[in-house]
Amino acid sequence: MASNENVTGAQALVKSLEHAGVDVMFGIPGGAILPAYDPIFDSKIRHILVRHEQGAGHAATGYAQVTGRVGVCIATSGPGATNLVTPLADAQMDSVPVVAITGQVNSTSIGTDAFQEADIRGITMPVTKHNFLVTNPKDIPHAIASAFHIASTGRPGAVLVDIAKDALSGMTTFDFPTNVNLAGYKPSLTPNENDIRDAARLIAESKQPVLYVGGGIIKANASKELMKLAELTGAPVVTTLMALGAFPDSHPQHLGMPGMHGTVAAVTALQKADLLITLGARFDDRVTGKLSSFAQNAKVIHADIDPAEIGKLRFVDVPLVGDLKITIDALIPALKAEFKKNQPDITSWVKQVQGWRASYPLGYEHPSDGSLSPQFVIERLGKIAGPEAIYVAGVGQHQMWASQFVQYERPRSWLNSGGLGTMGYAVPAAMGAKVGAPDRTVWAIDGDGCFQMTNQELTTCALNGIPIKIAIINNESLGMVRQWQSLFYNERFSNTDLHSKRIPDFAKLGEAMGCVGLRAETRDEVDAVIEKAMSINDQPVVVDFSVHRDAMVWPMVAAGTSNDSITLARSLAPVWDSQEL
Amino acid sequence: MATHTLSVLVENSPGVLARVASLFSRRGYNIDSLAVGPTEDANISRMTIVIDVEDHALDQVIAQLDKLIDVISTDRLDPVTSVQRELLLVKVNTSAETRSQVLETVQLFRAKVVDVAQDAVTIEATGNAEKIQALLRVLEPYGIKELVQSGLVAMERGLKPGKGN
Repeated sequence: MASNENVTGAQALVKSLEHAGVDVMFGIPGGAILPAYDPIFDSKIRHILVRHEQGAGHAATGYAQVTGRVGVCIATSGPGATNLVTPLADAQMDSVPVVAITGQVNSTSIGTDAFQEADIRGITMPVTKHNFLVTNPKDIPHAIASAFHIASTGRPGAVLVDIAKDALSGMTTFDFPTNVNLAGYKPSLTPNENDIRDAARLIAESKQPVLYVGGGIIKANASKELMKLAELTGAPVVTTLMALGAFPDSHPQHLGMPGMHGTVAAVTALQKADLLITLGARFDDRVTGKLSSFAQNAKVIHADIDPAEIGKLRFVDVPLVGDLKITIDALIPALKAEFKKNQPDITSWVKQVQGWRASYPLGYEHPSDGSLSPQFVIERLGKIAGPEAIYVAGVGQHQMWASQFVQYERPRSWLNSGGLGTMGYAVPAAMGAKVGAPDRTVWAIDGDGCFQMTNQELTTCALNGIPIKIAIINNESLGMVRQWQSLFYNERFSNTDLHSKRIPDFAKLGEAMGCVGLRAETRDEVDAVIEKAMSINDQPVVVDFSVHRDAMVWPMVAAGTSNDSITLARSLAPVWDSQEL
Repeated sequence: MATHTLSVLVENSPGVLARVASLFSRRGYNIDSLAVGPTEDANISRMTIVIDVEDHALDQVIAQLDKLIDVISTDRLDPVTSVQRELLLVKVNTSAETRSQVLETVQLFRAKVVDVAQDAVTIEATGNAEKIQALLRVLEPYGIKELVQSGLVAMERGLKPGKGN
């Protein structure tokens, strides 16, 4: 792609982004990035002018999670760049491919505490997969090509390219590298053959296997392969918060989500398993509970593209480092060969696990005072919008209920901030999701606390024809924190009451930002208001669901305790047959 | 805990030291010493890092280092099959009576005197950590005015070239 025309660094940047296949980016201009915004004006790349850089970052993340392509955000130096720190950390924690472009002060001013100067490369070093500072216009195409390569390959992640203003305004010749060769970056895609055989042998020997499925399956687009593996083994499947939709919720082998607010069946199956077939999951503390008591009798097969995940938290018997699609494709024939010699009988295990599933389904109660149950609202939303919609949650109780009471049947239909737990993720991420998948219905399920952190992007949505729908699960409080105060701080509700029943008036706030504002306060209004929202496709919609504030997320494993101590509701533990324990 | 020596080839790019230091700080690994310098290839630098971690944590340290884009390779150096050296400069108090004893010690340790003042000599020594420590133990009774020590640098013995080549 050598054209060798004389261009400015800014033109080289925009050409590079075009060559990298960017069709949309989210951003806000400012002094240092200003040279880049001139060629952006003429580019075929759609630039969406957000209202806050954090919104740009989460929008890029939502876009990337829905499309599987790299999301792009752009901001100026100093505060513009520092406002991107949270979304970059968020994307990196959830392995989402995002590239951020930031302007930097002139290279001659770097280090002088110049106006709007921040060392964003230094600041983002620990929260990105990699980052660049470019001070010479000739280095721009290579930095951009490398950034996209790094963000989208191996374990995906966030990459920042910081470009000095004089590098943007200086002249260079444009030459976009056709392939990027980085000596220190060669992700390994194909697992070792011996390890594949060892894994197959362990599976064939196992009497109590569980497929522990993480978000890596979705990143690797390996849902079909997972289905084949699941049906070949017959093993129970659990999907983590980041993996919802990787395996259909309706499938009889699916036990639901493990972890702090997982189902009893999923949590207990992991605890009692003799083998964890771990696929793109990372033994997060929210899944394992107290690590030393997690799945104590299980051997572990760990398939992951990131070698540093192997043995990071849990000893691994068989590591499978590589792309999950390639890994499962290699594992299936090895397993078939092994099963010819030795087909294990796991029927009693499956029966036991299905027993837990039948005995301890997810559930909730309607409040006795007739007010709305938040779980009911979310359940109805999932039923009416259906499995083809995209659901985007913030962080807190509403997020957990959305993970529990919406049925996910396909990958890339559930977006949330799993690793970093970023309140305020939902509105901008839903915006990015809708831009990436304009034909799908996008519902943000948000809390009243989260919504107040980033709702300004509804203005962006209204002005740019991005008709997302927001369900605010309004319990007038920071609900998850309040739940912890109820359970662990003697109901001393320090600073969790948001008084947000009418201030702000979310429906009116929505209207003020160019959305349709709706409200539901009783059970019989719920379906009608959801259907009304579903019928509006030319404007964003904000629905304020006024729900009971004392509802809690159950089941629960208290932080730092063993998964064996899962409780179904306050002081209510599952009743086990003695032989099960 | 045990001491391990890692030989890390990195891109000679700005910020690479900060990346490595940031990684060690963030993941809570203790660095005993760190030496950075050029290699035979101007684009590549070598870091010799001595760290104190449990054996089982070492694989994780290496994996995390390898995960950095600017890290080209990470090798664990066995003290038996590698040459490991530290450089010491030490200023020792001397008087007319003690000077000859100090000079004798210098000779015994195959060290060098690099500066002499009326009441002190400055000694340069290279060697592995044990030798440097032994020299310091012997010199200590005379009174050490000042000392400076480099981090360890190390290289695999024999013909095996570094992986970066």
